[in-house]
Order: sequence, then structure tokens, then C-alpha cells
Amino acid sequence: MIQGITIYELLTVTSILFFIGIYGFITRKNLISILISVELILNASVINFVIINKYLYPDVLQGVVFSIFIIAVAAAETALAVSIIINLYRQISSVEVKDIETMKY
Amino acid sequence: MERIIFYFLALLIIIFAIASVSSRKMLRSVIYLLFVLCSIAGVYFLIDYNFLAAIQLTIYAGGIIVLIIFSVLLVHHIEMQLEIAKLSRKIITGLACLLGLAVFLVTLYSHEFNVVGTAIPTEVSEIGTLLLSYEAGGFILPFEVVSVLLLAAMIGAIVIAKGTILSESNKKTV
Repeated sequence: MIQGITIYELLTVTSILFFIGIYGFITRKNLISILISVELILNASVINFVIINKYLYPDVLQGVVFSIFIIAVAAAETALAVSIIINLYRQISSVEVKDIETMKY
Repeated sequence: MERIIFYFLALLIIIFAIASVSSRKMLRSVIYLLFVLCSIAGVYFLIDYNFLAAIQLTIYAGGIIVLIIFSVLLVHHIEMQLEIAKLSRKIITGLACLLGLAVFLVTLYSHEFNVVGTAIPTEVSEIGTLLLSYEAGGFILPFEVVSVLLLAAMIGAIVIAKGTILSESNKKTV
């Protein structure tokens, strides 16, 4: 644990980060920007796992292991999302959300 | 001292996160995300999880950011500016997010956490043995499932990114 910092302050920072991610997810019109917002949301949840492990159960390591799994899944998700975006750009020459009307090509 | 460093890192995280979701230049928004991720790695260093900080720096800052920059450069002109949402939509979304944040914080501050004061240093070898142990509480099954998932994501990314060529050859045969 960090000297002089309570768990409430850390959880406040992660909540703010989470809602900034949600704000970006709703207001942005571009697929890559939406991907960036999703990364922010995932990061906020990873920090929450780590902090709760460190402050409430410092003798076990389950939170750290879960964070590693979340990071691995996030990496796979980003690779797939980037390949989908590039494929979409080759099909319709745009990555704006409003231009993508059908799932079928 | 640690207090000051933490407040500095928290300030960096929040400022650059806001900049990242509101910047109109695509590439700058990605670079702001890189700063957010590096500050989060700093928080991990502060709470003494060095291995997690190293993972954060290599996978997120090294891998994911490079992937996103690649896709930005393949898809956009660098100078191109993003379309922005309508002001009313921005305000409504911002208010909804503030409301949600208020609910979160009220719930958070009204809950009593049993904080354990002891600081136990963690070794990287403990994480390794926990990931690979077969006993109760070991994580060998999810570890193997994640390895299969990464392989599937790799093959899937190759197949999807080659989509046009595959569909054209299909059309020719039909």
C-alpha cells in the first residue's frame, strides 16, 4: 500500500477514469477513438483489481493474476479490432460509425 | 513524498484521459493514451507490483499503442481532423457521466473497507508458481485457455485483415 493514501482516493481516481472512458465511448464518432475509450475503461477495471488486492487482501495474489488475464484478453481484442477496422477501410473507405450500416458485406 | 508522487500521477492520468477523449487530432489522442498508460504503470510501481508495471509497459505501451498507431496511419491522413459530436449531445453525455460518477462515489464513500495495514512484498516467482500450479487455487486452466485465445486471435486477425482478397477469389469462382 502507498503510505498516506487511503483506498478511497485510489478508487476515486479509477472511477473518474472509467467515466471519462464512457464519455468518450458515447461522444466519439470514429471506430479508432472508440477503441481508445475501451482501453481506458479496461485499464480502470485492471487498476481496481490490483488496488483491492493490495489493500484488502495483501497476503494473496489473485487480483494480480486476474489483471494479467485481463491484459492478455485486451491485447487479443485490440489486435482483432484493428484488423476489422483495416478490413472495413478497404471495403468502404471509411471508419466513421455512421457509414457502417450493415454487418454483412 | 509518496503522497506527492501519487497525486501527481493521478493528475496526469485524469488530464491526459480527458485530452485523449476530446482531442480532435487522431494521432495526438493516441499519444495522450500512451501517457495515461505510462502513468498507470507508475501507480503500479508505487504500490509495489513491479511485475505488473513491467507487463503494463511492455504490452500496453509497447504493443497496443503501436498497433493503434499503425491503424491510424494506415487509415487516416495525419492532418485530418475528426468530426465532433453536437454540443447538446456532449452536454447530455457529460451530465449523465457526472451523475453516474456521483452515484459511484456516494456508494464508495458510504462503504467501510477493512483495510489490512501490513505490507507484504511480492516476488515474481510467487506469481509464476500460482499461474502454473495444479493444486486448488492454481490458475493452470485459465492460463492454457488464454494461450489458445491468443492463438485464435492471431489467426483471426490474419484471416480478417486478408478479407478482400478472399472474397474476390470467391466471386471469381462463383
